Order: sequence, then C-alpha cells, then structure tokens
Amino acid sequence: MQPSRQIQAWLLLLPALCLLVAFTHYPVIKTIARSFFGFGVRWQDAASLDNYRYLLEDEVLMQVLYNSFLYAAITVPVSIVLAIAMALWVNGKLQFKGVLRTAYFTPTVLPMISVANIWLFFYSPEIGLLNKILAWVGHSGYNWLGDPAISLYSLMAMTIWKEAGFFMIFYLAALQTIDTNLYHAAAIENANKWTIFRRITFPLLMPTTLFVLVNALLNAFKLVDHLFILTKGGPNNASNLLLYYIFENAFSFFDTAYASALTVLLLLILVALALLQFGIIEKRVHYR
Amino acid sequence: MSRLLHTISVALAWFIGFIWLFPLVYAIWAAIHPSEYATHFSLFAPLTLDNFKEAWNQAPFPRYMINTVAITLLILAGQLVLCTLAAYALARMEFKGRSLMFALVLMQLMVVPEILIVENYQTLAGINLIDTYWGVALPYMASAFGIFLLRQTFKTVPEDLENAARIEGCSLLSIIWKVYVPLAKPTYLAFSLVSISYHWNNFLWPLVVTNTEKSRPLTVGMSIFGAPESGVDWSIISAGTLISVGPLLILFLIFQRQFVQSFMQAGIK
Repeated sequence: MQPSRQIQAWLLLLPALCLLVAFTHYPVIKTIARSFFGFGVRWQDAASLDNYRYLLEDEVLMQVLYNSFLYAAITVPVSIVLAIAMALWVNGKLQFKGVLRTAYFTPTVLPMISVANIWLFFYSPEIGLLNKILAWVGHSGYNWLGDPAISLYSLMAMTIWKEAGFFMIFYLAALQTIDTNLYHAAAIENANKWTIFRRITFPLLMPTTLFVLVNALLNAFKLVDHLFILTKGGPNNASNLLLYYIFENAFSFFDTAYASALTVLLLLILVALALLQFGIIEKRVHYR
Repeated sequence: MSRLLHTISVALAWFIGFIWLFPLVYAIWAAIHPSEYATHFSLFAPLTLDNFKEAWNQAPFPRYMINTVAITLLILAGQLVLCTLAAYALARMEFKGRSLMFALVLMQLMVVPEILIVENYQTLAGINLIDTYWGVALPYMASAFGIFLLRQTFKTVPEDLENAARIEGCSLLSIIWKVYVPLAKPTYLAFSLVSISYHWNNFLWPLVVTNTEKSRPLTVGMSIFGAPESGVDWSIISAGTLISVGPLLILFLIFQRQFVQSFMQAGIK
C-alpha cells in the first residue's frame, strides 16, 4: 500500500470525522469537564465534586430516575410483545392485512409533537375523549395528566402506541427469513401453534429481539418530545424523565454545570446498555 | 377451541389496528367539522374547511414548512456525501487506525446528538450558528448509522469491478461515484427515507437551537401552536396537526412499500 493511498483514505474520512468529533466526542469530554469545573453557567479554576454531591442529594433526581427506569421497564417489554403479535398477524393469512400493516405502522411516521397534541385532547379532564367514554359507563373519569399517580402511565400508553408499529417492522423482516421447512416439519409432528411459536419462531426471532430491545431502551432514554406537550414533567415531577430534566436544568434553570453532571449520568446509563448488548445478552443469542 | 382462539386473535388484531389508527382518524374528523363537533360525534355534522384556514392564519405554516423541508434536505444532502466518502474509506481502504476510527464512528449510535444538547448549544453559539439551518443540521450530518449502513453495503461490492474501473483509468472519486453508488441504490433509498422521517419529526434539538420563525421547523412551531395557553380550540389544533404531518403522511402512503422495506433493511444490517 502506497502512502498516497493512506492519505487518500484519511481525506475521505476527514469531513465526517471532523463533524463527529465536534458534535459527539468533544462535547462528551467537555460535559465531563464541566461537571467537575462548572458552577452554574461559569467555569471554576479548581475541580470540585459539588455538582455530584448535589446529584446525590437531589430528591427530584431520585424521582426522575425512578420514573425513567419504570418508564423503560414498562414501555419496552409491552411494545416488544405487541410488536411480535402485530408481526405475526400481518405475516399470517388474515384478510386485508395490508390495511392492518398500514394502521400499525402509521404512528411511526407521525411526529411525536403532532400526535401528542391529539392525545392531549384524549386525556384532557373536562371534554377529553377518554373521560367521555368513561362517562357512558357511569364512571366519573380520571385526571389523566394532572394526577401524579397516573400521569406517567398516560405518557407510557402513548409511547407504546407510537413505538410498537416501528418494532413490528423488524420482526416482520425477521419472520420472512425463517425457513418454511421448519414449519412443515412441525406440522408433520402435529405440533400445536403455541409449541411452534415457542420452539421455532421465538428462538429464531431472538437476534431481532436483542436489536429491538437495545433500540427501545435507547429510545426510552432519549425520546422526551411528548413531555413538552403533555405534562412538562409534572405534576410535581411525577412524570419527569432524565433527558427532560437535563433540558430543564440547562435551559430553564440555567444551571449548565448541574445539567452536565446529569448528562454524565445519562451517558453512564447508555454505556451500561452498550455493555449489556455486547456482553451478557449477545452470548445467549444464537444465529447471529 | 382452536377456531374460537383464532376468531379472538383476529378480532384482537383488528381492535388494535383500530386503536392505532384512531387518533389520526379523530384528528381528521375534528379538522373537517365545526368545533362544536370536536367533542361529540354526529353522522350529519356539516363539513367545513374553516379550521384549516384558521390554523393557517394563526401560525406561519408556510414558513415552518419551508424551514422543515430545507433543514431535512440539507441534512440529507450532507449525510449522503459525507457518509459515502467515509463508508468507502472504512470498507475498502487499508490504513493505520482504521478499526479505531470505525469504533469512534460507532460511538455516535449510542451517544446521539440529542443527549449532548447542552454542549452542542454552546459550540454553535460560539460559531454564531444559533437560529440558522446550519445550526440545526450540522450535528446530524456525519451520521454513524449512514456510515455503518453504507460500509456494510460497499463491502458486498465485488472488488473485481473496482479493479476493472481502475484499469480503465478511473480516479478514486469516480470509482466511488460510478461503481459503488449505483450498486448501493437500495441502501441509499432506505437510508434516505429513514433520515427524512427522522428529521422531519425531530424536535428537541431544533427547539434548543432555533429562536425565531426564521429557522424554526414545523415540530417546534406546532409545540407553540398547540400549547393550551395559546387558547386555540381542538378543531384548529387538529387542522394544524394535519397540515404539519400532511406532506410526510402523503409521502408515506404513496411510498408505503418502500418505507416499510427501507425500515426493514435498515434494521437487518
């Protein structure tokens, strides 16, 4: 290999690399630095652990972390189960399954902000559609977004609605690669549908499940658009999520330094997710 | 027994399909009827387009729409060029530190720009790009996802083709342009559709980096428009919502098959 080809390679890589470094690697390093050297919006000369000390004492953060993990722990599995069911339906012998596929997938192409506006109406306490439906059966209704005990679950419901169809697509792709001979063999053995699903389909979908799982977890931590419309994290932080809390600290409370410490926390969570993907789970997933 | 289960399964499939489509259907219902019908259903409700007119007049939709289209296309154009060059280097050229560079690229799959809003805002303020299209676009132009996807595709191109082109006297750039790009067309289509729908819908970063109508995209405009404090009624919000999702929705319905296949392809790689 001549040296000129080396230079060519670097030249090709350079534009993308510069932007990646400028907007991914450099900000990561600067975030870490600011979490130690920052105070409010200013920089200090000496490193201190004040931002982290505050992090440990911050009761709102505890609430936010609890919310974030609960949010992920419920939306991710429910979306995945629904996505598998949807994929099986759409891949099966149903009539008009094209219509069904479109219905499932449509929420995915709509902006979170726009659909949140529609859901805001469903959830509104006085004239909202959900409470109207409950009124028919004689129930007095709920304050879906204003009741601290329910608001986070209301957000989850919308998230599941938004995401399940997206994950369905990946399962649909995976289902179409499964060798039909396996099903013929199972039919000869007189296996029932549940056995076929448990012994053939589900194990063969495992790599897809891993892919979807990691993406779904990532989304759970990075997608907070709907909070801006539906609850703004309230009432009293009952539905606040980590990234929204970072946004609030940086752009509403102007505490950039604390926002940086929170960002470091979020980065650590993401690193842990990455390790989970490459370490533990990957070993258990076959056919990769 | 099995018959019954089958019937239940089919009914459930359609019930969920109904719920999944309902918010959109509702928005259309509310938008094309006078506002008193937003909260109660009647087959004989009169049709109207007034809500669209109202929404159109209450917010600078044409401006938002232009901004969204401009930003989405600017990002896509940047991504296609930068990712192609980088992907070729990572797929087909031997150089020192290649695997390290690839690892650095892949980092962005995990650490997406949304998470780094605080520092990226500072960076863009430092180079005076707040409230500009470039400000919204720059952090997304070098897409790790695009580089990864194209690298995988380029690796499947037979090297004989490249050698033949070289013997013909093609330069490096024209080899990429004439051999690799045409063969990767399905990947480009898939990536483009995913990218367009992502950036058309993106909200948090544009919210942070735009301040005025000059550069504000539809999503950020909608968040102001739909805020309950602004006292807009539901029918008008629904009309506004439909205006904002209209172009993308129509694109989706026309290219449905490609959309679905693109997302599939992007997922398998």
